[in-house]
Amino acid sequence: MNLSVLLAAIVFWLAAWAFNEWLVRRKFVNPAADRAARIAVPLIFGATILVLWEGIVRGFNVPSVLLPPPSMIWVRLINSVPTLWADFRQTFLKSVLVGYALGCGLGFLVAILIDRSPFLQKGLLPLGNFVSALPVIGVAPIMVMWFGFDWQSKVAVVVIMTFFPMLVNTVSGLAATSHMERDLMRTYAADWFQTLVKLRLPAAWPFIFNALKINSTLALIGAIVAEFFGTPIVGMGFRISTEVGRMNVDMVWAEIAVAAVAGSAFYGVVALIERIVTFWHPSVRGGQA
Amino acid sequence: MEQASFLRDRLLPIGTVLLALLALWYVFVVVLNAPFERDQAARAGGTIGFMELLPKTMAQERPVLPAPHQVFAELWDTTVNKAITSKRSLVYHSWITLSATLLGFSMGAVLGVLLAIGIVHNRAMDRSLMPWVIASQTIPILAIAPMIIVVLNAVGISGLMPKALISTYLSFFPVVVGMVKGLRSPEQIQLDLMHTYNASPAQTFWKLRWPASMPYLFTSLKVAVAISLVGAIVGELPTGAVAGLGARLLAGSYYGQTVQIWAALFMAAAVAALLVIIVGIAHTRVLKRMGART
Repeated sequence: MNLSVLLAAIVFWLAAWAFNEWLVRRKFVNPAADRAARIAVPLIFGATILVLWEGIVRGFNVPSVLLPPPSMIWVRLINSVPTLWADFRQTFLKSVLVGYALGCGLGFLVAILIDRSPFLQKGLLPLGNFVSALPVIGVAPIMVMWFGFDWQSKVAVVVIMTFFPMLVNTVSGLAATSHMERDLMRTYAADWFQTLVKLRLPAAWPFIFNALKINSTLALIGAIVAEFFGTPIVGMGFRISTEVGRMNVDMVWAEIAVAAVAGSAFYGVVALIERIVTFWHPSVRGGQA
Repeated sequence: MEQASFLRDRLLPIGTVLLALLALWYVFVVVLNAPFERDQAARAGGTIGFMELLPKTMAQERPVLPAPHQVFAELWDTTVNKAITSKRSLVYHSWITLSATLLGFSMGAVLGVLLAIGIVHNRAMDRSLMPWVIASQTIPILAIAPMIIVVLNAVGISGLMPKALISTYLSFFPVVVGMVKGLRSPEQIQLDLMHTYNASPAQTFWKLRWPASMPYLFTSLKVAVAISLVGAIVGELPTGAVAGLGARLLAGSYYGQTVQIWAALFMAAAVAALLVIIVGIAHTRVLKRMGART
């Protein structure tokens, strides 16, 4: 046991914790400083976790097969950029992005198509809600059988996973306008299409973006898990399952780090677009989210 | 306002859509399985007419897409006709998955509620933990599942616990988010009223915040229970296909047993529906006892 490393980590943890408490309680006059403090608090927390992780692993001499320290993962990450990039391109750029675009687009289109038929809405909505609660990921083996080992089968899984959240959210978003507003459009003699584009779609954006955000994480999960069922020799899911078998745990963690960064960035981009598109929404203009 | 009618608003539309899907399924069965039959006929040196081909596409041993009645026959065969303790019984596999789901779900719910209480009562925790709770979900945890299983196996923890841990990780998030919202849902006037009663923080919590958060809790529990089933199923994939619904899926895909895959899929759907319904019933029960109108 390496006591000094462990002690140093614990001291760092306590100091960071105290600093965070102090930072949260302090009132800043300067708005820029206040914003910096808001961003700094979670960052310090994240750094603390990494330091504690490193300290505990080194302090207790945990074998790196079980849990490699962050520094080791970082070294591995830097050393195998080409492999990671190939996996990223196969899984993220091909499977995830294509499937996400297709699934969300289809969900949106179907929602618009059934918009004029209350009968179909009543029939499809409960089913859509139901399917959203199902372990859709289970269709992965079937899709691999139908569409082959390459990225097309992963796209199919992602399409199925993202379709229903999009459909359900868009339909409820299109129903979000009140009678008053729709009556106003009627007094303007607006037809169905004009009402849709000028009133109901803008009102539905928050719902649609909610689905887009949910789907951004679902898509990545779907693509990676689908790769467990068969894939060419490239891809994040493939790399994770084979490197686990070879006990190269640091490589697995490097892949996970890439997946985490990609997933967070994807989510962040969608959230950013949401802020631009729905600039009028109370949760964006300030006040409570 | 119009009177809501069960027949007109529920049964008829949903039934129509389901029937349409079923019809579509049969059409696809014929379209997808026909090439194989034509192949067989060509190999035998002849051609096959459509009327001959039709029944054959529905009774293949390893169809590309099994017909619905084949799936239900398999379901019936593996649930009713097999002893529950048999390894070929789907009930046995469902139970394995379900026990991991329930364990993980309860741990996730408790962890989520505790984290939410901490976040609501401590500003440093709120500011530093909340962004990471959200970020933790953008990490595709399901991807880590095989590693968690293998690593825990190496330490000597195997069986139920690793799968349950994955379920826990997946299910704590909706609970945290929902409960933070719920515990913050009492308005300032209500909090002020508790203050004028000279209520201690614990009393404010148990008599105001906790009851006010119940609707939020159950809504997130529904999401959490569904997602923890997904976690348990995926957790079974890398264990080398021993037991459980995930193992059935994997074994089916290895040996091309499409009917078995579809049966496992429908069983998983049934289990998910059952779990969500149970949480829904608990939801209405609790709300009723709290005096809410339905």
